[in-house]
Amino acid sequence: MKKSIIISGFGGQGALAIGKNLAEAGMTEGLYVTWAPSYGPEMRGGTANCSVVLSDEPIGSPVFNTSTELIALNEPSLAKFESGVLPGGTVFVNSNVISEKIHRDDLTAYYIPCNTIALEIGNEKVANMVMLGAYVAATGAVKPETIETMIQEMFAGAKAKFIPLNIEAFHRGMACIG
Amino acid sequence: MAKELWKGNEAIAEAAIRAGCDCYFGYPITPQSEVPEYMSAHMPKHGRIFVQAESELAAINMVYGAAGCGMRAMTSSSSPGISLKQEGISYLIGSEIPAVIVNCMRGGPGLGTIQPGQSDYYQATRGGGNGDYRTVVLSPANIQEAVDYVQEAFDIADQYRNPVMVVMDGMIGQMMEPIEWREIPKRNLPSKDSWATTGRKGRAEHNTLNSLYIEPELCDVHNQNLSRKFAEMEKNEVRWEEIRCDDAEIVITAYGTPARIALTAIEVLRSEGIKVGLFRPITLWPFPEKALHELAGKDHVKAILDVEMSSTGQMIDDIRLGVEGQKPISFLGRAGGVIPTVEEMVEAVKNTLKEVQ
Repeated sequence: MKKSIIISGFGGQGALAIGKNLAEAGMTEGLYVTWAPSYGPEMRGGTANCSVVLSDEPIGSPVFNTSTELIALNEPSLAKFESGVLPGGTVFVNSNVISEKIHRDDLTAYYIPCNTIALEIGNEKVANMVMLGAYVAATGAVKPETIETMIQEMFAGAKAKFIPLNIEAFHRGMACIG
Repeated sequence: MAKELWKGNEAIAEAAIRAGCDCYFGYPITPQSEVPEYMSAHMPKHGRIFVQAESELAAINMVYGAAGCGMRAMTSSSSPGISLKQEGISYLIGSEIPAVIVNCMRGGPGLGTIQPGQSDYYQATRGGGNGDYRTVVLSPANIQEAVDYVQEAFDIADQYRNPVMVVMDGMIGQMMEPIEWREIPKRNLPSKDSWATTGRKGRAEHNTLNSLYIEPELCDVHNQNLSRKFAEMEKNEVRWEEIRCDDAEIVITAYGTPARIALTAIEVLRSEGIKVGLFRPITLWPFPEKALHELAGKDHVKAILDVEMSSTGQMIDDIRLGVEGQKPISFLGRAGGVIPTVEEMVEAVKNTLKEVQ
């Protein structure tokens, strides 16, 4: 198994955090993982992205031109990275931010209203957790339980009140995948 | 021990703390700013010293002062900042003061770009300061190596009373990877009492650290002593890695991020039946010249492809010295922060192979 994932969106949408969660979960399950961010002027108001590799074999390059999946949280991200998705790959689109559909017919697309769902459960900030749930349900790259445990560890102590919200967001994202 | 996910720059800062770094002096610059950021938060917690200096020049001279007092001292920066430290590095070597200097390289020349680069190879291995000098230059290609080598760098520096450089491209500083905190090999390190400026402590004279030898004869003796020390480092510290070279027709030479990209390119090429391997210098100085010479001399090796994040190629000079004309050498270089892709490397290997067939 080797997943080469691009996660991209406006700075603040949680693209880098989704990537970090996937890398952390992969590591917990004993996979080889790398997380490589774009860094530089594009982070201010522009598009920030990261490249994540999850693999059962040691990882050479942490960066790549062709991805197995793309998680696009804004329109510039879809425009920039759709062409690089490998044939048969999957694109996850935040349909609250991106009104367009994908252009290629050799890819599977999931349109996830991340922000609507996050608002429904009470906090728009967990929109990225909704997307993470959709990704995990669709790809099976990591086990949902691994993410749930991670969420519990992430919000320890005084932040424990955020655990149910994040778990619910994650589950609602998973439920988007039929 | 459980694996932990660490970002390169933060990991090397933590590694320095674990290695007993007493004092860190730095100045922010992308892509290494997470090093001083981490140090500013964590050094005081350990009762150690963190100073954000007013400039890179100040930082390296603070290292001179602290390390001269026998402290374990470190500074870090990225390419333009490391240029500013060159005078201080020359003085550290002239005065035989151990220290650790990390360069998280970006593209140059001048301010260049904040994206990853490898165009400070000459500066690290030939010395950007004046005088006859050498430093051990360790170059990690992943975060585990980065934390291991930073810890070892303090020991190597103390062993030879000489600064050690850890040189990595910005990608290694910025990326995250799982690591384990593991014991590094123990060395028998000499006491610093005979030279560290810690006061007289009952001695007749206080210790003096100085790089000025006004008498030519004495300065010659000093230089001969230093060069004997450099020869010891050359004998003891050379490191490299060979991957799938046993039957390789094309040997890629690369370090840092391009060496990782080469691993993926090798997978692609091997799946097409093309025999290709990687020769990766881990110490840029001392350069693994003999090992490369031996490999290049083998019958199955048809040609060498050097890949660097440098437009002109810099390590390629050492590749030529190692190969000594036994086999043709071709070059793939991207600069200005552009990282060579797997596809470009695959193409370059195929072209190199065509040229020798």
